[in-house]
Amino acid sequence: MRETFYDVLRRQGVSRRSFLKFCSLTASALGLGPTVAPQMAHALETKPRTPILWLHGLECTCCSEAFIRSAHPLAKDVILSMISLDYDDTIMAAAGHQAEAIIEEIVRDYKGEYILACEGNPPLNEDGMFCIIGGKPYLEQLKFAAKDCKAIISWGSCASWGCVQAARPNPTQAVPIHKVITDKPIIKVPGCPPIPEVMTAVITYIATFGRLPELDRQGRPKMFYSQRIHDKCYRRPHFDAGQFVETWDDEGARKGYCLYKMGCKGPTTYNACSTVRWNGGLSFPIQSGHGCIGCSEDGFWDNGSFYDRLTNIHQFGIEANADDVGLAAAGVVGAAAAAHAGVSVIKRMSEKGGQE
Amino acid sequence: MSSDTKTAASSAQTQEAVYVYEAPVRLWHWINAFAILALGVTGYFIASPLPTMPGEASDNYLMGYIRFVHFAAGYILIVGFLLRLYWAIVGNHHAHQLFIPMVWSGTWWKEVWHEVKWYAFMVREPKKYIGHNPLATLVMHIMFVWGMVFMMVTGLALYGEGAGMDSWQFALFSSWVIPLFGNSQDLHTLHHLGMWYMACFIIIHVYVAIREDIMSRQSMVSSMISGWRMFKDNRPVDDLD
Repeated sequence: MRETFYDVLRRQGVSRRSFLKFCSLTASALGLGPTVAPQMAHALETKPRTPILWLHGLECTCCSEAFIRSAHPLAKDVILSMISLDYDDTIMAAAGHQAEAIIEEIVRDYKGEYILACEGNPPLNEDGMFCIIGGKPYLEQLKFAAKDCKAIISWGSCASWGCVQAARPNPTQAVPIHKVITDKPIIKVPGCPPIPEVMTAVITYIATFGRLPELDRQGRPKMFYSQRIHDKCYRRPHFDAGQFVETWDDEGARKGYCLYKMGCKGPTTYNACSTVRWNGGLSFPIQSGHGCIGCSEDGFWDNGSFYDRLTNIHQFGIEANADDVGLAAAGVVGAAAAAHAGVSVIKRMSEKGGQE
Repeated sequence: MSSDTKTAASSAQTQEAVYVYEAPVRLWHWINAFAILALGVTGYFIASPLPTMPGEASDNYLMGYIRFVHFAAGYILIVGFLLRLYWAIVGNHHAHQLFIPMVWSGTWWKEVWHEVKWYAFMVREPKKYIGHNPLATLVMHIMFVWGMVFMMVTGLALYGEGAGMDSWQFALFSSWVIPLFGNSQDLHTLHHLGMWYMACFIIIHVYVAIREDIMSRQSMVSSMISGWRMFKDNRPVDDLD
């Protein structure tokens, strides 16, 4: 019989007391209430560990870097043990053919049971030649591993939306996972990178309950992506009061006013930064005086400057925002109306003149 | 038509007048005018806020008030539009003209072309209409009706973002409108462009209404106040519907 999470923990010298503490802390971190902690402990004691294949496509490894920094209680050791992370080329000990063989092994032995975690995305151009893993296009590895998986986790904005490699003009034709794999449940955990605690919480949820957390219509877990940064921002009172940072070195910047005018994307970004925060809950971009860049939003690289409130409209070819375009259009229409009025007057006067 | 037409005889000339715009339609028009003005001004200041307010945050609520006016005017506009759709069904013969341009009729398109020529100074005399002329119907239908629908749908989708995922605004609008336009930032940009689109419509609308009042064969501006369409001659009208 396969090891359970609890077996692994005990084998690694974690006391039962620490184990129960972990369960209650995780339950409260997920906002699930005290009754869930015993359920969670029971599940970890009885359920075999879920094997996870963690594949890397076109990416920068920032998701992995974030993940291993999860400051959750008993964080990385416990979480990494919990999920039986069988393949992750960045942090695994094996290398070369030995490592690649694990994928085939897991796909063969755990059909329909393992979770496929995708960091990065596949490029489709030139038959996927822009991302080669072990001599083969990543696209093939992804399709092979996805074929028999239970569900897919799309880590980060690359796997969820496409991110920087899919930004215009997207020469490698990089596409998010859900454009390639269409027959499996996919949970998107966008962000560049996602918040470490959000990543570990999603995995813990799936391992504990054996199902995906509730998702919104775009496939993101509601518990972390149902509100915008702006909705829970601690600088929100300054927004409502109409108090803004106007330049980076002004009085407002020192007083911690709202960064709306500096192009903060908080009002258009769905993520949990303003509540969960980063580095173990220490801070997040807005708290350190810089606006949100909207890294967890679809197409955020293509939305113009991080420092503009009104972002550029590409279809007009030149650098123009909604106000530039609109003012020009209204100006043309207004001038046309005035010119037409002028001609109408002349016409009417000349006709009147003819009648007399 | 004969029932609501009356002939006002005077010693000098005979002038016909027709009751076209019923009270709910006129009320809707002027509520829209003020609501759109409020929405445009507040919307502009939501995108480009006024200079920073001095003092404590707890003593100020400027953005809050501006946004409140925007949302309140938006809801007035939406409720008005829904009531107007109802009135298009139960109102008089002219009430549904704005919503159903006769695009299937070749004759109607000829009349549109005639109006275009009138505006291009290519014909000496315009036609005479009780309702909107075909060109006016077409432009108002495309620019105003669909412009309004776009602004109301995107507006509700943006409002749903703040109201949260449990709100009906989010469930009915944000949940599909935001993915449709890519992301929230792009939706904001398009909603903002919509404001300028409506501004262009208003420039055209006001100019043309005044010009028609002076140069066409029927009254315009006063008709939207009194409801009665006056005619400057008593030759037959050219309405198709």
